[in-house]
Amino acid sequence: MMDVLKEDQVLDCSGMLCPMPVVKASKAIKTMEIGQVLKMIATDPGAPPDMEAWCRQTGHEMLRSQQEDGKFIFYLRRAK
Amino acid sequence: MSKSDPNAPKRLALIASKGTLDWAYPPFILASAAGAMGWEVGIFFTFYGLTLLKPKLTAAVTPVGNPAMPMKMPFGPDGFQSINWPIPQLLMTNVPGFNALATTLMKQTFENKGVATIEEMRQMCVEMDVRLIGCQMTMDVFGFKREDFIKECEIGGAATFLEYAGDADVQLFI
Repeated sequence: MMDVLKEDQVLDCSGMLCPMPVVKASKAIKTMEIGQVLKMIATDPGAPPDMEAWCRQTGHEMLRSQQEDGKFIFYLRRAK
Repeated sequence: MSKSDPNAPKRLALIASKGTLDWAYPPFILASAAGAMGWEVGIFFTFYGLTLLKPKLTAAVTPVGNPAMPMKMPFGPDGFQSINWPIPQLLMTNVPGFNALATTLMKQTFENKGVATIEEMRQMCVEMDVRLIGCQMTMDVFGFKREDFIKECEIGGAATFLEYAGDADVQLFI
């Protein structure tokens, strides 16, 4: 059973292609406190691998990556 | 800086040497994505790439001599949009305004797919403190002045760029 993740902010990048998803995620995370969770929605097929690479590079956490109704949903936690 | 200090952020050094619309995307996309990952980025704009530092971007594209360019229409029903039109080079060079048309259609295609404009991407780079370096030599050769370019750029030569690139993790020529 998936535990409920409560997001502090939602970022909708539907319809946007590279590099917008990672750029917008970067901007949004900076406005949040350490430990807060950003829920990001994207339709770019490149977003799943890009967001994972972004997390590895920035040190922020990918709590969950899933697909819902043809969209990609990422739960990201600001780690630093 | 990056090589000598393991805790320092990664560095990307790009040379942007082309000024057509199709070649304007790669440097700004790479720079924005790297900036979004916390990297340090510097782009050296030289030769025709220098035109990408003008306040008003007028980059155009031509299908002439570009057989790899898909010639698809960004409007109409799906079946129509998927047609790759085989347009003879002779027609491209003899019809006035063909390049302007190709430029408009390419911009429309990118807009339809949700890709940001060059202007938007350049602005993102500025906001992410990407170093934009205009080539002094190119300016002299083509008669450009400092006032012809956006205020956020700096002017330098090959040595300026090479010093920056020498400590970069990724160095690319576009």
